[in-house]
Amino acid sequence: MSWSSVGLAALDHPFFLHAVLAGGAIAVAAGLTGYFLVLRAQIFTGDALSHTAFTGALAALALGWDLRIGLFAATIGVALLLGVLGRRSRADDVTIGSAFSWILGLGVFFLTLYTTTRSTANGNAGVSVLFGSIFGLSASAAWTAVLIALVVCAAVLALARPLLFASLDEAVAAARGLPVRLLGLAFLALVGACAAEATQAVGSLLLLGLLAAPAGAAQRLTDSPYRALALSAVLALGEMWAGLALGYAVPSVPPSFGIMAAATVVYGLTFLPRPSGRRGRAVRALA
Amino acid sequence: MPLADAATAPWSWNPLTDVQLMWSYPFMVNAFRAGAVIAVLAAAVGWFVVLRRQTFAAHTLAVVGFPGASGAVLVGVAAGYGYFAFCLAAAVVIALIPGAGQGRGEESALTGTVQAFLLACGFLFVALYKGFLGGVNALLFGSFLGISDGQVALLAVVAAVVLAALAAVGRPLLFASVDTSVAAARGVPVRALSTVFLVLLGAATAEASQITGSLLVFALLVMPAATAQLLSARPVVSLPLGMLIGVAVSWLGLTAAYFSPYPVGFYVTSFAFGTYVLARLWRSARTARSSRAAAGESRPRPAAERPAAPAGRAAA
Repeated sequence: MSWSSVGLAALDHPFFLHAVLAGGAIAVAAGLTGYFLVLRAQIFTGDALSHTAFTGALAALALGWDLRIGLFAATIGVALLLGVLGRRSRADDVTIGSAFSWILGLGVFFLTLYTTTRSTANGNAGVSVLFGSIFGLSASAAWTAVLIALVVCAAVLALARPLLFASLDEAVAAARGLPVRLLGLAFLALVGACAAEATQAVGSLLLLGLLAAPAGAAQRLTDSPYRALALSAVLALGEMWAGLALGYAVPSVPPSFGIMAAATVVYGLTFLPRPSGRRGRAVRALA
Repeated sequence: MPLADAATAPWSWNPLTDVQLMWSYPFMVNAFRAGAVIAVLAAAVGWFVVLRRQTFAAHTLAVVGFPGASGAVLVGVAAGYGYFAFCLAAAVVIALIPGAGQGRGEESALTGTVQAFLLACGFLFVALYKGFLGGVNALLFGSFLGISDGQVALLAVVAAVVLAALAAVGRPLLFASVDTSVAAARGVPVRALSTVFLVLLGAATAEASQITGSLLVFALLVMPAATAQLLSARPVVSLPLGMLIGVAVSWLGLTAAYFSPYPVGFYVTSFAFGTYVLARLWRSARTARSSRAAAGESRPRPAAERPAAPAGRAAA
C-alpha cells in the first residue's frame, strides 16, 4: 500500500514523470538496437559512439548551438563513417583506439572552450554529458526524446526481419538479393540516433552499458531471435525504471548509477547455473 | 576548471625565458619529472601491448582506474593509490577469465557492461563525495597540478620495478608475443607470462592515468609505441624510439598546457595522434614507392627481400 502511494506521489513531480516517460522510450529503443548490435558483434561501435557523443555535444555547446544538434550530427555521422570504412579497409584496433582517444581529447578542448568563453556556461556541462542528467529533462525535451525513440523503435522493428537474416548469415542473405550493405548502414544510423538520445538519459560514458547489458542478458536467456529481441527491450525498460526509482528513493544516488546497477545485476543473474544447460550457444554459433 | 585559473602564463616569444619561468615553479618541475617517468614506462609496456594486440585490455584497465581514483578520494587517500589498487586487481581478473581481454563476440557485451558499470560506480563515488564535481574532469582527462616530490619518487620507484620486471621477462615475452604456439611448444610458460604482463600493464596504466586521466591513457600507452613500430620493425630501434616519442609528446603537452588555458590531456592526445598519423603517412608513402620500384625492376625479387615485408604486420 505505502509503496504504491509513494510511487504515485513520485509521478506527481513533473521531473520524475518526464524521466519515466523519456527514459522508458529511450530504454526500449536501446534494448532493440542493442540486441542487433550484440548479434552483429558491433559492440565496439557503441564504444566508439560514446566517445564521439561527448565531443559532438560539447562542440555544439562551445559554438552556442543546441546540444542535441551536435549529438545527433556526431553520432550518426561517425556511425555511418564506421559502416562505410568497416568493409573496405579493415582498420586495426590501434588506429581506431588512437583516433577515438584523440576525439575525446578534442572533447575536453571544447569543454574548456565552453566553460571559459560562454558567460552563461554551466560549469557541470561536461559531467552531465558524460554521466547523463535524466532528472533535468524539461517537458519539451522529454516529449522530443519520446518521439525520436519511438521513431527509432518503429524503424528497427520494420527492419527486424531482413536485418536478422543479414546478421545471421550475410552471404546467403546477399545471395537472396537482400541489400546487405544498405541494411548495415541504415542500422548503424539508427544506432547513432539511439546513442544520441541515450546520452541525454545515462550519459555518453554509460550508454554502452544500456546497449550491451539487456541485449547480452536476453541472448543468454533465450534462443529464439524474436523472443530475445522482445526480452531485450523489456529488460531495458525494467532496468531503466528500477534505476529511476532507486535514484528517486535515495537522493544521493545518481539515477545513471541506479540504471547501470540494475542492468549489471540482471546481466549477472543470467550467469547463475540453470538446470536446462547453456542453450545460448546455438545462437552464438550461428551469429 | 582548475587549469584555467592556475596556469595561464603569457608566452613571451623568447623560449629560454619562458622555460626558465615555467621551471621556476616547483609543481611544473615535478610535472615534467613525472611526465618523463610515466612516458618511458608507458611506452615500454605499450610496445608489448601493440605487439600482442591487447589494446582492448588496456582500454578496460584504464576505465577501471576512474572508480579507483574517485573511490580513493571519497575514502580520503591520494587518488594514486586508488588507481593502483583497482588497475592491478582488474589486471588479475582479466588474466583469470579467458577471452575477457578480447573485443568481440559475447564477451564484448560482458566487457562493455562491466566497463559501463565501473564508470557508473566512479560517478556514484563522485556524487557521494559532495563538492568534488570540478575534480571529475581532472580524474577523467588529466591534470598536472599538485604533483608532490613524494609522488614523483613513488612513480619513479614503481616505474623502476615494472621496467626491471619487464626486462626480466622481455625475451620470452617477445617470443611468446610473436609466435605463441611455437613458444609454447618450446616450453615457454605462455600463460604465466601473459598474466605477469597484464599485471605490469595494470601498473603502467595506473601510472599513466595520473597525468592523462582515465579516458586518455591510450595517448601515452599505445600511440607512441604504435608510432615507433610503424617507423621501424626492429625491436632494438623501435622500443627506445617509442620512449623518446612518449617523453617528447608529454613534455610538449605539458608546456602547451602551461601557456594556454586548455587541459593537458587535449594536448597530449593531439600531439600523440599527430605523430601517429604522420608515421602512417610516411609508411604508406614508402610502401608505395618501394612497390613501384619493385614493379619497375625487370627481375622480380623474392618476397622476403622486399623492404616492407617484415613491417607489414602492423598494417595488416
